[in-house]
Amino acid sequence: MVLPLVYAIYESVTGIQRSGAFGQGGSSPVFVGLDNYITALGASAFVASLGRVLLFAVVQVPVMIILATALALLLDAASAWGVRFFRSAYFLPYGVPGVIASILWGFLYTPGLSPLVNFGSALGLNLDFLGGGSILWSIANIVTWQYAGYNMLVIVAQLKSIDADLFEAASIDGANAWQVITRIKLPLIRPAIVLTTVFTIIGTIQLFAEPLVLKPLSSAITSSFTPNLSAYNEAFANNNYNLAAAESVLLALVACAFSFGFLKLVTRGGSPS
Amino acid sequence: MTTTERAYTGKKGKNQSSKQPSTVQKPRKIQRSPGWRILVTAALAVAAVYFLFPVYWLTIAATKSTSSLFGSSGLALDNPQLLTNLVNVVTYNGGIFGRWALNSVLYSGVGAVVATICSLAAGYCLAKFTFRGREVWFNIILAGVMIPGTALALPLFLLMSQVGLVNTYWSVLLPSLVSPFGVYLGRIYAQAAVPDSLLEASRLDGAGEFRIFFTLVLRLMMPAAVTIFLFQFIGIWNNFFLPLVMLSDQSLYPITLGLVQWQSVSDRHPELYQLAIGGAFLSVIPIMIAIVSLQRFWKAGLTEGSVKG
Repeated sequence: MVLPLVYAIYESVTGIQRSGAFGQGGSSPVFVGLDNYITALGASAFVASLGRVLLFAVVQVPVMIILATALALLLDAASAWGVRFFRSAYFLPYGVPGVIASILWGFLYTPGLSPLVNFGSALGLNLDFLGGGSILWSIANIVTWQYAGYNMLVIVAQLKSIDADLFEAASIDGANAWQVITRIKLPLIRPAIVLTTVFTIIGTIQLFAEPLVLKPLSSAITSSFTPNLSAYNEAFANNNYNLAAAESVLLALVACAFSFGFLKLVTRGGSPS
Repeated sequence: MTTTERAYTGKKGKNQSSKQPSTVQKPRKIQRSPGWRILVTAALAVAAVYFLFPVYWLTIAATKSTSSLFGSSGLALDNPQLLTNLVNVVTYNGGIFGRWALNSVLYSGVGAVVATICSLAAGYCLAKFTFRGREVWFNIILAGVMIPGTALALPLFLLMSQVGLVNTYWSVLLPSLVSPFGVYLGRIYAQAAVPDSLLEASRLDGAGEFRIFFTLVLRLMMPAAVTIFLFQFIGIWNNFFLPLVMLSDQSLYPITLGLVQWQSVSDRHPELYQLAIGGAFLSVIPIMIAIVSLQRFWKAGLTEGSVKG
């Protein structure tokens, strides 16, 4: 009885230790004064970076989740050839580390190197993936490319767990494919969609590797393009660890607020899982 | 009767052989017209092109010399010299790439194994033992899932520099040993897959808790173990912020950090373009093979909450 308990406490304590580390980051600026938070929130660049990732999340999260759900439903409909192949193909990018995905897409965005840009100019389009207006969405594309397949797999797994009797009953009752999707599948995969949405929100808010890797390629990416990038630069370029820690804490708070907020929003209707 | 039906039976047969023991198979698909089928397949194929295109480009680019990388179309082969390129990658700078690869394997392998065992033990305890503050611990761990990993990296760096562990293997390894998500999954799975009656029976037979966990519970929780291991492995393998913050010694770098370093100086050293591409190719291919071949384990674990009613 004792040993697994010790394990549990050990695990919980290490879990705590992480939040302890997070508390340490939070508490040391408190002794320096709350000034760091005021400085962080007073710096227009940092606030702008928060706004930027929120805008990013508002657009990218729904796009990603809708794409993942659509792919999952199409695969599950199983009226296509090569379902196994497609499923693997979509999931494949998940194995590509974010930075390597960014290096890859970075090449695909670079004029002169990219077949996409060349193809665009052959069609008379001037594709500028790295400019100020488009860079955020170019990054969104990298993130979507990387994680849509993973989210799809979570949803597919939930679809597979739906009791087959339901489909039989539905077809006896004369339900068409669209009704099966909207009346049976979508309500029953809600927990999976909620789960993937929360993880996507958390993921997008901590955007870091993609802009860091693309920074040398695009002048539109500043050193405080995202909150994480800003914190990193405060810590290692300006040696202002306290401000960086304050920014990290703020980011964690925003992420928690949004994921809990979203959970609260969806659990009002019915409890997930 | 129809091709559709045959396809289903064929698919079921395959599933059965790959997934032992197989669950009860039921006919669950609704028949569709061939036109619909072509439409769905076409939509899926378009998506597949999107997901596979960069991988295709990487594979082609990895075979090119630095000059033809810029001088030729990115979509077609041009004097392929894959082997020369790969040899360049692994021999550059005294074989540093191999060192990075080993580091990545070390961080991911050790981190994932330890994290899996700890998560299972903790999850099992949280599911099967009642103790004071159980729900509080569980909620703390859930909050741990919600806190973005990169927001913790800087505070962790400050902590590590206080105990003098910055720029060592430990600085990356220690934070990787914890997996709040693993504990969460472990608890859900233990609730569903470990029957109380079995635990009681073993206790009556005189087995100690330690023995019960290692001989019985671990075996029952194996599917969850595989999933947690895979998630943690990929998570550490793909992690970038933590090693970036912690490590300054190149020989401790994992692959991701090393490749970004090559890429970031490639505007001054053009030969590094090819090295970064070749290195990306080398590091991506084994992981991709592993992901595809282990796919059924991902699937097995992802809906642990809803299996086994």
